[in-house]
Amino acid sequence: MLGKTAGGIYWMFRYIERSENITRLIDVGLRMALTRPDTAQDEWASVLDAAGVRSGYDQVHSETDAEGVVDYLLRDADNLSSVMSSIDAARMNARLVRTALTREVWEATNECWLLLKETLANPIAPRELPEVLGIVRKQSALVRAALHGTMLRNDIFNFARIGTFIERADNTARILDVKYYVLLPTANQVGSSLDNVQWETILRSVSGHRSYRVSHGLEISPRGIADFLILDLQMPRSLAFCYRKILDNLGYLGQNYAIRHSSHDLIDERTRELENQTVDSIFESGLHEFLSDFKGYNSALGSQIEQDYRFHK
Amino acid sequence: MGTTEQSFNEMFDAENHREPYQKYGAWFDNEDISRLRKKANEAEVFFRRTGITFNVYGEDDATERLIPFDIIPRIISAREWARIERGIEQRVRAINAFLHDIYHRQEILRAGRVPIRLIADNEAFLPEMIGVSPPGNIYTHIVGIDLVRTGEDDFLVLEDNARTPSGVSYMLENRETMLHMFPELFANTRVRPVSGYPMGLRRSLAASAPEHCDGEPVVAILTPGIHNSAYFEHSFLADEMGVELVEGHDLRIVDGRVAMRTTRGYQPIDVLYRRVDDDFLDPLTFNPDSMLGVPGVMDIYRAGGITIANAPGTGISDDKALYSYMPAIIEFYTGEQPILKNVPTWRCSEADSLAYVLDHLKELVVKEVHGSGGYGMLIGPAASKRELSDFAAKLKAHPSNYIAQPTLALSTVPILAKKGLAPRHVDLRPFVRVSPAGIEVTPGGLTRVALKEGSLVVNSSQGGGTKDTWVLED
Repeated sequence: MLGKTAGGIYWMFRYIERSENITRLIDVGLRMALTRPDTAQDEWASVLDAAGVRSGYDQVHSETDAEGVVDYLLRDADNLSSVMSSIDAARMNARLVRTALTREVWEATNECWLLLKETLANPIAPRELPEVLGIVRKQSALVRAALHGTMLRNDIFNFARIGTFIERADNTARILDVKYYVLLPTANQVGSSLDNVQWETILRSVSGHRSYRVSHGLEISPRGIADFLILDLQMPRSLAFCYRKILDNLGYLGQNYAIRHSSHDLIDERTRELENQTVDSIFESGLHEFLSDFKGYNSALGSQIEQDYRFHK
Repeated sequence: MGTTEQSFNEMFDAENHREPYQKYGAWFDNEDISRLRKKANEAEVFFRRTGITFNVYGEDDATERLIPFDIIPRIISAREWARIERGIEQRVRAINAFLHDIYHRQEILRAGRVPIRLIADNEAFLPEMIGVSPPGNIYTHIVGIDLVRTGEDDFLVLEDNARTPSGVSYMLENRETMLHMFPELFANTRVRPVSGYPMGLRRSLAASAPEHCDGEPVVAILTPGIHNSAYFEHSFLADEMGVELVEGHDLRIVDGRVAMRTTRGYQPIDVLYRRVDDDFLDPLTFNPDSMLGVPGVMDIYRAGGITIANAPGTGISDDKALYSYMPAIIEFYTGEQPILKNVPTWRCSEADSLAYVLDHLKELVVKEVHGSGGYGMLIGPAASKRELSDFAAKLKAHPSNYIAQPTLALSTVPILAKKGLAPRHVDLRPFVRVSPAGIEVTPGGLTRVALKEGSLVVNSSQGGGTKDTWVLED
């Protein structure tokens, strides 16, 4: 397949994943603002941080409030990570690589775009917000479902999955990093209502508060959360899970093409390192340092894949 | 204009359905109009969902638009088609012979049948092609011949499209849509299929590969990119043909071959179906500012390392200034009279003709010699006094830029309008594949229809629509 096509597929699925992650962040912001109105501004600021768009937002807004942030994250065309921009970019990439997609995947993407363009044409009133966020997640789920249900398990499919997991790992690391201070042992006043709410928020932002209870029991603790989101191989948004998947997908490409690239060495090394970690070792060397390093490695891995598979000239 | 009433109506004669429409007419008369209208809306939803859109130049908003689709088919009988087919084959043979001649010995110029200045001063003539012989001497692998009809037996050629004709995706998708909406119609009317076009094209392009090529030739489609007005068609064809869709930046010269950048490295291409203009093909040879093409591709081409379809320089054969010489060209190379006639044409470069055109501007259609897509033309009967006088000034300033033709009473086919069936003017673009193995005219084509009452402008960029085109089995 063309290098450009591989790149188009990879980015298409990064953007689909991103649109969904942004809606979760908005959900969390809303929830925090409702339960803790006095610190709402800080919560919205940390949502912007987690989305990686704080400086862009501050350039055009003087107030960090629900209305401004929600609109910026959902609809703003100048925000390249807004839901609408992400869906635009996903669909643009899909048009570019249409020959590599099944008709079902293309139509799911195109319908997603048509529907959201209409839904997000005007600012969303607060009472309509939950429904709209639901629509976005459902539409991106339909694209993913079409991918799983109709695409051959070939190189195209593997590039789609690699894009998904690079983006997802980045997203989980960001969310954790924005909130790392509430997970630090020094700030750990076990049982205080403030921390419990904050911790639950972290889980909600990865749609993981229910599954956490299944796998880690009722008590929410910083160590439990870090374990769940970084190391738990059952949790589909954990860093270790994402890396295991990327390892598999890159492994497939290596076998299929019979070429081993630098990105194979990178993913081998990173996955081994990650799976050798324990919550203790992570906290010992510093959660923030760990997460910053991870984000750096993750983005370097993405660039290496782009280079190895000739996405660009 | 009000020409609709006097025009040849392809569906109805004075009292009844014309012969090719009898079965369809009987079906239609039993249909409930409101059901048909619902179907028409479904078709629009289908087109939008599938993304069958085209990009409009010069519009910021609504950059992706649908071409309106009308559900009443345009039906052509086997007998009518047989003549069209023969006429097109003859014309396409002559065009290829002309191109070979004009880039080699130029016998036709020596014989004085075409004026030398029309070639020498013409930007569409590429000196870089002199002495180049493409495989099988095929220059135009894909041709679209625009036909208009003015009466029972009068099909005229309005224009030849020998560069990068577009619209074939609509021919295919219009048929798919009709099959989807009205399967019962196809069960009781024998319509010749068009769906073999993409694989047929892949075969005919493969048959045109360079002679040294062994194994299955690698074919790729070169598109200017996602913002081009016909991008949907480029990706649709690549998909249907099972070949890669490349842009200039995917290609480079590797070891004397044109190769595309794949996830496994550079892979050589044998046949490039390019949908970019000559000017943008190779920045080293043509437009140095072009970002669309491949530096060095012309050197490889001249050395026989790749087939480019259509060949560079084919524009000299479909240039509007040359159009009026087509009957002479056909006669010169085939020794036959043209089966399909030209529309009578005044060459404004000739003083007598210019005088006539200026005197009769209000009755004529005047076209720019190098224009396309319905831009820059004057339709006399529809023009205001101001437009007429402005155009007359342009004509006097640059007469050789223009040709003029009578305002033709184009035939009509009904569309499903608000009040039921209403006649609208149509034209027809059949598509032809040419390879060393032969000439194949796909039975059907793109019928374009002017949606406004009385309008003669069928171009999609000017608000025209399309219809499915049926050629009946014998």
